[in-house]
Amino acid sequence: MTVIAVVSAGLSQPSSTRLLADRLAEAAGRHLAGPAENTEIRVIELRGLAVDIANNLVTGFPSPALKEALETVERADGLIAVTPIFTASYSGLFKSFFDVLDNTALQGTPVLIAATGGTARHSLALEHALRPMFTYLRAVVVPTAVYAASEDWGATSGDGLASRVDRAAGELAALLSGAPAKRPAEEKLIPFEQQLAALRPFTTG
Amino acid sequence: MQFGIFTVGDVTTDPTNGTTPTEAERIKAMVTIALKAEEVGLDVFAMGEHHNPPFVPSSPTTMLGYIAAKTDKLILSTSTTLITTNDPVKIAEDYAMLQHLADGRVDLMMGRGNTGPVYPWFGQDIRNGIALAIENYALVHRLWREDVVDWEGNFRTPLQGFTSTPRPLDGVPPFVWHGSIRSPEIAEQAAYYGDGFFANNIFWPKEHFMRLINLYRQRYAHYGHGTPEQAIVGLGGQVFMRKNSQDAVREFRPYFDKAPVYGNGPSLEDFTEQTPLTVGSPQEVIDRTLTFRESFGDYQRQLFLMDHAGLPLKTVLEQLDLLGEEVVPVLRKEFAARRAEGVAEAPTHAARVASRDAALVAG
Repeated sequence: MTVIAVVSAGLSQPSSTRLLADRLAEAAGRHLAGPAENTEIRVIELRGLAVDIANNLVTGFPSPALKEALETVERADGLIAVTPIFTASYSGLFKSFFDVLDNTALQGTPVLIAATGGTARHSLALEHALRPMFTYLRAVVVPTAVYAASEDWGATSGDGLASRVDRAAGELAALLSGAPAKRPAEEKLIPFEQQLAALRPFTTG
Repeated sequence: MQFGIFTVGDVTTDPTNGTTPTEAERIKAMVTIALKAEEVGLDVFAMGEHHNPPFVPSSPTTMLGYIAAKTDKLILSTSTTLITTNDPVKIAEDYAMLQHLADGRVDLMMGRGNTGPVYPWFGQDIRNGIALAIENYALVHRLWREDVVDWEGNFRTPLQGFTSTPRPLDGVPPFVWHGSIRSPEIAEQAAYYGDGFFANNIFWPKEHFMRLINLYRQRYAHYGHGTPEQAIVGLGGQVFMRKNSQDAVREFRPYFDKAPVYGNGPSLEDFTEQTPLTVGSPQEVIDRTLTFRESFGDYQRQLFLMDHAGLPLKTVLEQLDLLGEEVVPVLRKEFAARRAEGVAEAPTHAARVASRDAALVAG
């Protein structure tokens, strides 16, 4: 069973961000080898968690609903992360969600990044904002990032949105097929003698 | 089991009337609160250490020494003493001095502090936080147990032939708690030494602290200090009470909504559900506090946060009356009735002297 978490930061209902997220998820499922029931897609709409995310920033801990969403992302084998582009970058809500996620949660996780916007002029925000953010989190970001401007939803196929969705999803599926199944991280314990010993090499005496 | 209060020492504007105490008023209020704690029969008064406004307690042993002179039974403690940025030699000296003045009514809780700039202000690097806590405490531990210490480390100047004075009262150092809200390394440190572990659980959900406390208990046993159940655990709590639950909620809500730590965030209802904060009748506080034992096992010390977020002194003193008269006597009885066989008593100087003497006789 391969689990793909889908994080959508779209704000309107329905949103083109969610629409793009669904198309990416569907394409990834199609690319993954084996019967469709071997892939589970778990969608997280950040809109419903907006207040919980703000509260987590204030209190330092997540509400039960937010905790469940964070755990879904942490445990997933792969992630599809889609945000609207606001003011030249990812939306604040999108960033805040990843701010409250543990910074080791996505280590080594294949991630497909995608964004929506009014015009294609903002498409490089994927490369200068989303990609470095996931690199910081030590995720493995697939080469093709998918941007959908308003005009893309009416474009003919060919080298349009559909083919980019397909290529990116194929890249994610390839990484997921090669990746060993993700296990929940175990809490590492450093025995105290080792902690003490680690301080010794620096002493002069 | 010991019951007490811990104070952060914040100077906060009362959101209901806009008044802000002066530093002098706040410092004197903390003393009044400590004396009240003894008067209503609590066991412990602990205070924080901070080096930035709006907090006043930069110098805990000065205040605790003054309180020691005005009390007879109260155990004086800290919440926490900054093991990272204080000179460990001064910690060993200051608290041994306090221990003598207070006739042994002293213990302390080591913590790393949560204010980033305090590290550079005191010449340290926050990235060394854990290493500082480990090395500095290792030195404090030796200074209290060895009359003459030769020592070299990474973070302070070496010592040759150094004797920390005064020597601990009766040759028995103050009991030490290690406080942590997230670091397994600190639970491991507490377990290694057989010291106490204090989990200040008041701002986070309990599942997180169950993991830390379980780790501490397992490792306490691993290092041969006793069974996991015999490890020495302290917990925080935060309450606001009135006879009538609705009155408590109505009165506390404006303070909650503007509180420096969690204000302008979740609702009072969500926060009380997700954290140990209890706002209601004394009976509700009793019921909630008893659930701590179910989550964390039998424990030795319960400290409540009572005087923050701009609550007026008069209100805090009324809260302490309720705590001392209606809550703690019931909790003492109920916890005692539930306590498993063989669980450690809460640490006191007299008991530690007695167990040291017993060990000497046993050879």
